[in-house]
Amino acid sequence: MSLSPDLLTRIRQAAHDHGGPRAAMLEALRMIQHDHGWVCDAHLAEAAATLGVHRAEMEALAGFYSLIFRHPVGRTVILLCDGASCWLNGADAVRDELQRRLGIGFGQTTADGEYTLINVACLGGCDRAPAAVVGRDRRLIGPLSPEGVAKLLEGGL
Amino acid sequence: MSTLKKIIIDGIEVEVDGAMTLLQAAEEVGIEIPRFCYHERLSIAGNCRMCLVEVVGGPPKPTASCAMQVRDLRGGPNGEPPLVKTNSPMVKKAREGVMEFLLINHPLDCPICDQGGECDLQDQAMAYGVDFSRYREPKRASENLDLGPLVATQMTRCISCTRCVRFTTEVAGITQMGQTGRGEDSEITSYLNQTLDSNLQGNIIDLCPVGALTSKPYAFTARPWELTKTESIDVMDALGSNIRIDTKGREVMRILPRNHDGVNEEWISDKSRFVWDGLRRQRLDVPYVRENGKLRKASWAEALATAAAAMKGRKVAGLVGDLAPVEAAWSLKLLVEGLGGRIECRTDGARLPAGNRSAYVGTAAIEDIDTAKRIVLIGTDPRNEAPVLNARIRKAWAQGAEVSLIGKPVDLTYDHAHLGTDRAALVSLAAQPVDEARRGGIVIVGQGALTEADGEAVLAHAMKLTEAMGAKLLVLHTAAARVGAMDAGCVTEGGMPAAIEGAEVIFNLGADEVEIAPGAIVIYQGSHGDRGAHRADVILPAAAWTEEAGLFVNTEGRPQLAFRAGFPPGEAKENWAILRALSAELGQTLPWDTLPALRRKLVEAVPHLGRIDRVAANDWQPLPLRDPARADFRLAVRDFYLTNPIARASALMGEVSALAAARRHPPLAAE
Repeated sequence: MSLSPDLLTRIRQAAHDHGGPRAAMLEALRMIQHDHGWVCDAHLAEAAATLGVHRAEMEALAGFYSLIFRHPVGRTVILLCDGASCWLNGADAVRDELQRRLGIGFGQTTADGEYTLINVACLGGCDRAPAAVVGRDRRLIGPLSPEGVAKLLEGGL
Repeated sequence: MSTLKKIIIDGIEVEVDGAMTLLQAAEEVGIEIPRFCYHERLSIAGNCRMCLVEVVGGPPKPTASCAMQVRDLRGGPNGEPPLVKTNSPMVKKAREGVMEFLLINHPLDCPICDQGGECDLQDQAMAYGVDFSRYREPKRASENLDLGPLVATQMTRCISCTRCVRFTTEVAGITQMGQTGRGEDSEITSYLNQTLDSNLQGNIIDLCPVGALTSKPYAFTARPWELTKTESIDVMDALGSNIRIDTKGREVMRILPRNHDGVNEEWISDKSRFVWDGLRRQRLDVPYVRENGKLRKASWAEALATAAAAMKGRKVAGLVGDLAPVEAAWSLKLLVEGLGGRIECRTDGARLPAGNRSAYVGTAAIEDIDTAKRIVLIGTDPRNEAPVLNARIRKAWAQGAEVSLIGKPVDLTYDHAHLGTDRAALVSLAAQPVDEARRGGIVIVGQGALTEADGEAVLAHAMKLTEAMGAKLLVLHTAAARVGAMDAGCVTEGGMPAAIEGAEVIFNLGADEVEIAPGAIVIYQGSHGDRGAHRADVILPAAAWTEEAGLFVNTEGRPQLAFRAGFPPGEAKENWAILRALSAELGQTLPWDTLPALRRKLVEAVPHLGRIDRVAANDWQPLPLRDPARADFRLAVRDFYLTNPIARASALMGEVSALAAARRHPPLAAE
């Protein structure tokens, strides 16, 4: 499946707005991931061709960022904060409840392809600790509690 | 105009261009700063951190001197120049810290590593390393890459300087290498596990500051301190790249580039670097004479007597091959012309006008490419005919030069306008007026454009185009011996057909690419049992270019001296000495007994050959305009790796050639 004409237009626009194709490479990867959830080889190659940069360069850049996904992820990605503030505010209990309910560990995707759970270093949301970032729009949520996990998974948070 | 800025480095005040980096400025005053990732011919990466220095007045932390420009430094409040310290306690501590980190994942397997003894990491660990490690955790290991038969990889040794990635993408113009991942997980990879599709890939061996990329053919055969180093000149193409030949005993173990800004910068092609195994195979090491249709071994006295007897009283034609030094070519000319015969060096049929150096060499120096704004290539594929020159055109292109090509469409590794495939495209381009703003540049004509009957007409139109553009002309040769032999006058009016017409004896000085019709007696003098030797009636075994001193003139007309790195095998002798002995046998002794005496006479006859390493200016003599034929341009080099007898004797060149062919024509999946 190739990239949509609309997305290709936005990638070209990004090259224009950011002052050149090289500057737009990361933005292109971000936009692909926002639309498709992750960046597959074909999409990466297409974006590289659209920007006129080498595929290997694009690959190197994507590989550098751990939050550019080069493997399929669940429909909803939950990035749970590992930071000190969250930990002090009981993130461990939230983690245990999340992992129990989803039946997966960090870095894994549920069998139905619904959720991927990833632990990340500080999200900068200490005022809302324990915090997480959810979904393709990267929405910051918190403070979480073990009781709130059910609500989170029902989409209520 | 550059702006000069004052700076004080280790107490030495110096005024340098503000655009210079601190590392370059330090080099100006003779202070060498250790580095791994910085390389003067590649872009700046700033990732090894070995070049940290202390900047007084700047941020209170060590600064990477390779990435900080002089103009970005702030001086004192009263206009004092900025201070840089390269050997303060802070710098030493910082570099020791960097070295400790670099060594964390480095295997320290120096005793079994080929880089040992010429390793930047080893050397700098002596200065900044400590003799113990605080690291107790497991070391990272990486999988090795398959880069083909030339470059061996041991990626666990890699310190991620990315010099190889920058060289392949910036200079060689291929995109197979990259760096993926981050931190400890970062790895140099070949994209999609491809082998490298470049005939300049050997240079990454020299660039690698550690033992991650080493030479596969040279692997585990010698240590650098065992080798005798001889500075010489390459003859695999007509560029005359400066090389260093490393020998152990009498064997050539490897060939490395030397720096020459005017010629090859510091790169050489893979053929120049790896052809040396061809020096050990298929060698002619004793004279042969043909008896009852079969070649049999003979003594020198017998072979010379047979050759002399054959030449006496007969019509002789001398052919100068592609690898012959000027001394041998000139000796042969005097010998053959003394017998009333003819001599010819344009054995590929190139219509290079004798005596008109502006037309057979041109007026441009290779260095002029760097500043050219417009480059027109005619009937040439520089990527195969002179890969290092192509890298230079690529460099000019990267700095904004506009490149156009008339001839067979080829992948040059850089963008270019393709203006047509045939002579008509050249004629119409030469007839177009050129805007004042776009004047200047270089016109490069390949041998493929000149080897057909209308070669001179093509050259005339190329010269007209050169005039119209207000440009300079560079005739790109493919044979190392050609310009020197043309300078020495090894030509016959009418070229090859006229030279060999009616010849009863052909003296073939290493011209293996020539098909000699049956009938004539052939005396072959050369180093390898290639095509020429098979057709010969007398074989005089000669030294290859690493085994004798010789003068070569490169494609821009720069005379350079090659030196002897080893001795020829068996009874083979130096080229000039064989011709001198044969002349005595013929009773027309050439008037010299030593090579220096020969050279003195040669320089008397052709003075510019005495001005070593200087490109003589040539008077512009345009050729009369005639209409060329209607045809497409052909290319001079069909297989880059197999252009001469030494390369054809090399098993490695054969393998690389087959791989390159397979890459161009991938086998079908069903096969």
